[in-house]
Amino acid sequence: MEENNLKEMKDLVLNYVINEYIEDEDETITYDTPLISSGYVDSFSMVSLLVFLENKFKIKIPPNKATPEAFDSVNSIVSLVNQYLN
Amino acid sequence: MPDLVSYEERLKNFDWSVSENELEYKEGDIINIGWYCSDRICQKGKADKIALYYEGFGGVEKKYTFNDIRLAGNTIGTFLRNLGIKNEDRVCLFMDRIPELYLSFLGVLKIGAIVQPLFSAFGDESLFVRLENAQTRAIITQRKHLPKVRKILDRLPHLEFIILVDHNKTKPLENKEVAFSMEESLPVENMEIFPTVAESPSVLHYTSGTTGQPKGVKHVHYSLISQYLTTKWILDLRDDDIYWCTADPGWVTGTSYGIIGPWSLGITQCVLDTGFSAQAWYRFIGKYRITMWYSAPTAIRSLMKAGDEIIKEFDLSSLRHLASVGEPLNSEAVIWSEKIFGKPFLDTFWQTETGSIMITNFPGMKVKPGSMGKPFPGISGVVLDPEIFQPIIEPGKIGLIAFKPGWPSMMRSYWNNEEKYREKFVNGWYLSGDKASIDNEGYFWFVGRDDDVINTAGHLVSPFEVESALLEHPAVGESAVVAKPDEVNMEVVKAFITLKPGFTPGPDLELEIMNFIRKKLSPLAMPQDIEYMEKLPKTRSGKIMRRLLHAKEWGEDIGDISTLEND
Repeated sequence: MEENNLKEMKDLVLNYVINEYIEDEDETITYDTPLISSGYVDSFSMVSLLVFLENKFKIKIPPNKATPEAFDSVNSIVSLVNQYLN
Repeated sequence: MPDLVSYEERLKNFDWSVSENELEYKEGDIINIGWYCSDRICQKGKADKIALYYEGFGGVEKKYTFNDIRLAGNTIGTFLRNLGIKNEDRVCLFMDRIPELYLSFLGVLKIGAIVQPLFSAFGDESLFVRLENAQTRAIITQRKHLPKVRKILDRLPHLEFIILVDHNKTKPLENKEVAFSMEESLPVENMEIFPTVAESPSVLHYTSGTTGQPKGVKHVHYSLISQYLTTKWILDLRDDDIYWCTADPGWVTGTSYGIIGPWSLGITQCVLDTGFSAQAWYRFIGKYRITMWYSAPTAIRSLMKAGDEIIKEFDLSSLRHLASVGEPLNSEAVIWSEKIFGKPFLDTFWQTETGSIMITNFPGMKVKPGSMGKPFPGISGVVLDPEIFQPIIEPGKIGLIAFKPGWPSMMRSYWNNEEKYREKFVNGWYLSGDKASIDNEGYFWFVGRDDDVINTAGHLVSPFEVESALLEHPAVGESAVVAKPDEVNMEVVKAFITLKPGFTPGPDLELEIMNFIRKKLSPLAMPQDIEYMEKLPKTRSGKIMRRLLHAKEWGEDIGDISTLEND
């Protein structure tokens, strides 16, 4: 995948996470910020993040792959998504 | 040897005075939970013992002795008193599991005010209805949750103080906001503890029912008598234990057994304030050498799902006793824990309204995997025939779980809702709203709810509340909400909706509606599945037949549909 495309994907996911899940506007969230283990995104909210990814990238992520570890940062999420993109 | 000694022995001559005597309480005495959990423990010579090990995200660690928590309670209490907060005023705690949450709990009680703990993941509407109902005077919160409070402030005329525990001074405080820093405040050595008595209100927890808004469950300081003894006998806590209750104090387990029980016994407890992951939990147990672990079936099933291999990386040999609460503990989880930890998770059953454990598997008692166990000594628990509300004698027959009122921690009322409170009692029995059967050895076996309330990961969600919130979304015409089976959470929320003209069903709209509910109510209440329908099944009188949708989800017989509306 081209560098630019990858960055675009990461920014898309990052912006979604910031807009939807981060309540404190002073928080700095980066591609590496832990999302699940830090408590920014709880296990219930992870379901809506999964739906977002599946809708946006037109993919289907198997339930056993949608783990807290795989969703724990923008980088890991994008890496997971890439496995299911054509 | 478990402290319970023998269940049968305890049953014979049980009297709650056992607990009163140990707590040196006599009828008519002052009884203040905040004092019992801190000052009294210091007076017993444990001032320097660790009360709390806290670990937050990013490895932030803090520890507090019993003298530290005594001083912190005094400091917060004095701060509140100086603001003008009086006894019986409601003070909401709306924080993550940070030390200030636990310490404020003591401070509020010490001045005789009522603690109203609320789950910090609640959205603004969930927060609003609970603050409005309680006419809450002050809320203690963190910067990250401030936007939700500011959003609803104009609609809450009784809310006078928004107390920020982590104000960073880079942004000005707004209307009604005041800053309080535990670390920068001068510790208050002595304060006058408010002389609460047995029936003085202490804690106000909110719980959901099938219909109507959430109800405020009012508890009193005398609840300590139940919470102390059940902690001692069932959780089997001993002086050298290191205890971990994984529940959030926004829910009753997190206060009855995450604060009151252990601290009134002078027990060291640990708090982990990070998101869930199996590695993080196992590491935490190993690091603090936790001996008693009180958790929930959803967490246990999530650990099972994470696999047994990762457990080998950690030393969990300190674990001595395990218990579980929130939902029925399936037999697979009991068997798994025996295999992995060498001991079973013992199921405990109770509710926000009961304030303490009612039915349980006792340490030392024969465990029947999947069973709820037996009633605690002093608790008269039965299953009632749902037609005549008389106890069922026949083993194995399903009925309504009910208790004879009178145990110390029983709720005293629903806040401002006497009518709903009275509805909980029939023929002199308190109706729990759950169904079970009792076998020929007296063990209870959970069957399910007797109403439409959804139990997701041990938390009750009202279908009415979600349905009402759904109708506020511009695209939703009608809504019906039911429980959907879930492997990990037992149940999750499923919504059936019809759309208003001009809206088209699709995955983007589904996501929009999910997020709408998540932010408005809470992540727990967010439908994890939304099904679009042309029309919802209704009776001829126009009432939505939620029962039919529930049966469809659970693959059950749909029963009598003679009242179903035809086209």
